[in-house]
Amino acid sequence: MVEYRGVAPWVVIEDEGAHVQARRCSRCEAMLTRPSLACPSCGAREGLAPVRVADRGVLHSYSIVHRSFPGVTTPFISAVVDMEDGTVLKGNLRGVAFDPEAIRFGMPVRLVFDEAGVDAKGDRYLSYFFEAA
Amino acid sequence: MRDVYIVGIDMLKFGRFQGATPGELGAQAALLAMDEAGVTIHDIQALYSGNQFDVVGMVAQDIQKQIGQTGIPAANVKNACATGATAFREAMYLIKAGAAEVTLAVGAEVMPRGLLGGGETAGLNPEGILGSASMPAVFAEAGQAYAHEHGATFEQFAKVSVKNHHHSTLNPKAMYQKETPLEEVMGAEMIAYPNTKLMCSVNVDGAAAAVLMSGDEVRRRGLMDQAVKIRASALASDPYTPRNLAMWDINAATRLAAEAAYEQAGVGPDEVDLVELHDCFATAELLHYENLKLCGVGEAGRMIDTGETALGGRVPVNVSGGLLSKGHPIAATGIANLYEISTHLRGKADRRQVEGARLGLAHVVGLGTVAAVHILEKAN
Repeated sequence: MVEYRGVAPWVVIEDEGAHVQARRCSRCEAMLTRPSLACPSCGAREGLAPVRVADRGVLHSYSIVHRSFPGVTTPFISAVVDMEDGTVLKGNLRGVAFDPEAIRFGMPVRLVFDEAGVDAKGDRYLSYFFEAA
Repeated sequence: MRDVYIVGIDMLKFGRFQGATPGELGAQAALLAMDEAGVTIHDIQALYSGNQFDVVGMVAQDIQKQIGQTGIPAANVKNACATGATAFREAMYLIKAGAAEVTLAVGAEVMPRGLLGGGETAGLNPEGILGSASMPAVFAEAGQAYAHEHGATFEQFAKVSVKNHHHSTLNPKAMYQKETPLEEVMGAEMIAYPNTKLMCSVNVDGAAAAVLMSGDEVRRRGLMDQAVKIRASALASDPYTPRNLAMWDINAATRLAAEAAYEQAGVGPDEVDLVELHDCFATAELLHYENLKLCGVGEAGRMIDTGETALGGRVPVNVSGGLLSKGHPIAATGIANLYEISTHLRGKADRRQVEGARLGLAHVVGLGTVAAVHILEKAN
């Protein structure tokens, strides 16, 4: 069986499959993806419980990226998505034409998990992607 | 706290200085500002130097080695695109605190080439997987969020670039002096929709410097005629917002700094005669019309359509040509835009002069996030 790493700390891979994990602050309800010592919203140091992030959301913003850093395949759609549970995720929107006419603000999207590539050491990575729901 | 004045301020014409060090560029700008203020290195009681990309980072001391090592307190500042503004603010506060009468602030940059953003990561580089961390894409997303909420269009964003490139034809210190018609801007290579290549700031080297004095010192030297009063200096970081773990927020910090600056100065946005704001990408400028309260909610698109922010309009924005055409050497930008405002307040902006300018606002925002807003006023 191939061993995968998550492309970001909030991508969790288990035997049953992959999901995005955040922490919900029990004091202010903020949904936090990035690791932190305390809640960046309210400063609470306790009550940050891991939760599985919703797998559906709506498109908040995007850019169609035609030029990126050397070695990065373009074009791709860089998207910011408001998930149903209040988590906000950034990632690639795929399966949609690279054309602003084909992309609608507020369009519903879902998370799918797929191979993301291999690093210099040969480790294989898994990431989430957004697709139209 | 006591008032502080700019007495000498200048910038190098932005461009490409192959092989130069930031210390050398900063020293040239420092001498220009010192000459205008009529001071020598022996008058300078402290130096704050801004630089973002130098590997060693002791640019203040490099500048001293070029123009005079007098043993004064000297400190190096790094604060992304607000670096120059932050160095300036520190130089101002030392005087406000009564710890100095004459200080020097410098911003100098020799830029890395190519797209900014991204950076080294352990493991797999997530660029092109978790979206894009390139600056053109990040600011495109900020603009598209505004488009989502208020309906701004690709054409309206592009008009910002047409305007600022036009302004720069009147500024001999801008990198470019070239008109770019709307079709040319919209038809240029698409970097990150909706930002085409002509909607991205110009990657150039440069330096700017300012000599600051207490009011007592300005009067003692009889320099009030050329002095520009610092009416407000505000610095803010980004407060938590639910989206800023996923996308850098250039709005919240700008709004905090703007509100604090208007309050310090005791003036409202409608009293400001001209604005230099952080148009690192054309998409950003429209957002800041609203963030700086130059217009009401959702009115930024209308402002660019009606020409209110063009030279001759209600509140001219980026008459220097802005970062889009004057250029954006990161650490120099925050002092160069104070130079532009000061030049207008002194009535010395020649063909691009904003007539009768008495109050001007300068804004920068750097990712991370940091924003600075200064409000300047003609002293006499």
